[in-house]
Amino acid sequence: MNDLILKEDVLLDCTGLLCPWPIAKTTQAMKTLESGQILKLIATDAGSPPDIAAWSRQTGNELLRSSEEGEKFIFFLRKA
Amino acid sequence: MAKSNPNAPKRLALIASKGTLDWAYPPFILATAAASMGWETGIFFTFYGLTLLKPEVTALVSPLGNPAMPMKMPFGPEAFQNISWNMPNLLTSNAPGFENLATSLMKQTFKNKGVASLEELRDLALELNVRLIGCQMTMDVFGFKKDEFIPQAEIGGAATFLEYAADADVQLFV
Repeated sequence: MNDLILKEDVLLDCTGLLCPWPIAKTTQAMKTLESGQILKLIATDAGSPPDIAAWSRQTGNELLRSSEEGEKFIFFLRKA
Repeated sequence: MAKSNPNAPKRLALIASKGTLDWAYPPFILATAAASMGWETGIFFTFYGLTLLKPEVTALVSPLGNPAMPMKMPFGPEAFQNISWNMPNLLTSNAPGFENLATSLMKQTFKNKGVASLEELRDLALELNVRLIGCQMTMDVFGFKKDEFIPQAEIGGAATFLEYAADADVQLFV
């Protein structure tokens, strides 16, 4: 999965924002996507990897990839 | 207790009973997080929590009841900012202006760290259809009128909350 090249339809940058902003803004951004489209989320909140995973399980939007680049956490989410 | 409709979305029922700045955060953060996950969410504001329904949130930090409250400075070099200043209650609770000082320090620290303000969180909660319910009994006791609150606030009593909470998956008293 991690070898796949994922291309986002929408990019959301939550750099510098703490809980609950990353999931709240992800929720808002998801409303602008069509089913099957992909959101790329960038966050620096250290709580975001478990939070985004929980958000994905609760909302049914699939977390395609969760990775770390330096101090940033990168998530790819597919709208259900 | 079984939910009356097993197919209903998850639900969070919160009681916000405290009106200080630090205690006002947990219910709003949990409510906006739950609503972001598609849960039905309601907050019942009672006693000192009721003031959080006023258009302008004037919540202050109080040293009383926070015996281990450390304080961090929102300015200066990082090493200085990382020092936890212990606030002895005997001094702080008697010092004039301490609450305003502690409040402005905490607000600035929150802002620097990227934490939402209470007003932002409440706006977000409303945008996400979180129900904000003011306690009628407390309003009568403390002399609040419905038109002193934001127009989205509903009014209800203990039965209103309990009926809502009976169908909730998570209930918390803050």
